[in-house]
Amino acid sequence: MLKVENLHASVGDKQILKGINLEVKAGEVHAIMGPNGSGKSTLASVLAGNEKFTVTEGKVEFLGEDLLGLPIEDRSRKGLFLGFQYPVEIPGVTMANFMKLAVNEQRKYRGEEPLTAAQYLKMMREKSAIVELDSKLTSRAVNEGFSGGEKKKNEIFQMAMLNPKLAILDETDSGLDIDALRIVATGVTRLKREDNATVVITHYQRLLDYIVPDYVHVLYKGRIIYTGDKSLALKLEKEGYDWLINDYKEE
Amino acid sequence: MSNDSKNILQELETSDYKYGFVTDIETETIGRGLTEDTIRLISEKKGEPEWMLERRLKAFRHWLTLEHPDWAHLDIPEIDFQDIIYYAAPKSRPKLNSMDEVDPELKRTFDKLGIPLEEQMALAGVAVDAVMDSVSVKTTFRDTLAEKGIIFCSISEAIKEYPELIQKYLGSVVPYTDNFYAALNAAVFSDGSFCYIPKGVRCPMELSTYFRINAEGTGQFERTLIVADEGAYVSYLEGCTAPQRDENQLHAAVVEIVVEKDADVKYSTVQNWYPGDKEGKGGIYNFVTKRGICREGAHLSWTQVETGSAITWKYPSCVLQGDNSSGEFYSVAMTNNYQQADTGTKMIHIGRNTRSRIVSKGISAGRSQNAYRGLVRVAAKAENARNYSQCDSLLIGDKCGAHTFPVVDCHNPSAVLEHEATTSKISEDQLFYCNQRGISTEDAVGLIVNGYAREVLSKLPMEFAVEAQKLLAISLEGSVG
Repeated sequence: MLKVENLHASVGDKQILKGINLEVKAGEVHAIMGPNGSGKSTLASVLAGNEKFTVTEGKVEFLGEDLLGLPIEDRSRKGLFLGFQYPVEIPGVTMANFMKLAVNEQRKYRGEEPLTAAQYLKMMREKSAIVELDSKLTSRAVNEGFSGGEKKKNEIFQMAMLNPKLAILDETDSGLDIDALRIVATGVTRLKREDNATVVITHYQRLLDYIVPDYVHVLYKGRIIYTGDKSLALKLEKEGYDWLINDYKEE
Repeated sequence: MSNDSKNILQELETSDYKYGFVTDIETETIGRGLTEDTIRLISEKKGEPEWMLERRLKAFRHWLTLEHPDWAHLDIPEIDFQDIIYYAAPKSRPKLNSMDEVDPELKRTFDKLGIPLEEQMALAGVAVDAVMDSVSVKTTFRDTLAEKGIIFCSISEAIKEYPELIQKYLGSVVPYTDNFYAALNAAVFSDGSFCYIPKGVRCPMELSTYFRINAEGTGQFERTLIVADEGAYVSYLEGCTAPQRDENQLHAAVVEIVVEKDADVKYSTVQNWYPGDKEGKGGIYNFVTKRGICREGAHLSWTQVETGSAITWKYPSCVLQGDNSSGEFYSVAMTNNYQQADTGTKMIHIGRNTRSRIVSKGISAGRSQNAYRGLVRVAAKAENARNYSQCDSLLIGDKCGAHTFPVVDCHNPSAVLEHEATTSKISEDQLFYCNQRGISTEDAVGLIVNGYAREVLSKLPMEFAVEAQKLLAISLEGSVG
């Protein structure tokens, strides 16, 4: 599904990603952990196509196609979803209208007819139930005045609406209380299928109690320095990153 | 800024006017220039009574003493008032009984504009007084309105048929002495609409007029007069588009609204005159005076969506003369390329317990300049006056300008006046967020702009709101998609 080879990216003069290699297959869940400033969010942004970052080397294949050559919106329409760490507010634009446009753009890309109002409303009801999102939120402006928890639930709601092949969730658990964490994580799990994959970026192992990863990667100074299974997350929680970092010598 | 958004912004700056076409209809015009003889000729061609000619001449003589105003935040090229044709009417205008008799060429023009002058209008509940150039071509649904005693006709017709109403109200809100363009309009106005709603009558349909400049080099001097008698209600819509031109065209309209005791008038405009090309060449000069007077307990609401014209100079105002009267002004003004707009409102509180509300949303793109200019005046006897003003500016790109000139002139200590203002830009984060959800930058800009303007758009009548939303997106749209 996703194959990242030797990916280098920078912002301005600053090199952030220094040779990422990562392969994600359909049906898999990958967790990416690592200390602050190691490049986790940058990796997510670069894959989604954020033009703040410049890819200086390497290649990325998504569903057999060169991902880096695609415009941001086509990456999305093809099935790449980014759950934002800091969802953006769009005043005056209702969530319902925003998602309607997004869903129909995706359908248009696939050569499908736009949804009728009735179909769309039904879909919205079903999907908002997955994350126990108050249906009133869909008639409010995008993320405007949403609490931290509502914003994150709203990200997963959008994920449910767009039904992506690959979802990259950038610290979706940060700032959530324990109930919201459970709801968000359960939502993600319910969206899990054989033909899609999830990459979860997180600081805390507690999220991985709900979303059980097949692989756990440790990102440090722009490289994946260690890959293990879910037990790695438990070890990191207990012992921190020092034992790994000490082993790792920068070239 | 990302490449994609740069491209889009570039396209916004170079987007072409979608309604640029010329209708090939024979037009009867008089020569260029303005003298007393021109005015006599206009009056004669329109078959006006002597008193009307006298009014025109009085206004003209006053106009001659005036200088062109220069206080606005506008860069207005010098206008040669002797190089303008002051009268143009589509030729051969037989009386028409149905749409079948309308010139097919004219019908096509209206179709291209998406103006359904067809019988479907009846279903939509809209009566249209279609003004093509200066003379009304067709007025519909007048019979339905007549049953309720409502008068809705061209101002020329009203001058002949309802002289007592015209003499009583015309110039009563905007006298010819008001300003340079009001004087010019009073002297040379060609046509326009007249609407009278009798005491206690609620107008059963939205009244609308579509204006359109057609003949090359013809100034348009529309005159609109709306009178809502005691306890009456009317919602009036005005919308316009004009064909593409290389030559600047002057448009100096006057709209007067009289809202009698306890009456309620809602006036909505979508203005989309040709704005000039991307180099700032051509385009309409739109110098408009719009004002309403509210008697006791009356209410007047202005809603405007301004996207067109090379230069806009327009301040729909409310004179809150009667006690407990109220006025509202909701505006979206969008400028692109080299467009300039200086627009806003005046709320003049004279009566006691008068209230006013101003919501102005400016949007500037390209190299345009967009200014809000507002005056809230509270007279000494206006006890308990209340005003709330909100002036927001949205900038697209980094070569445009937004300016705000709010003036408060308060002579009564019991007044409560509030003013809020914000300036914002469409952020790259917003665009990235939309893009990531599969929404193109162009659609995202349209979405964000419409969201920004929502509070104003929601004040428009339903069918107009949809049109206005499209217009905002179109005005920012490039050749993509």
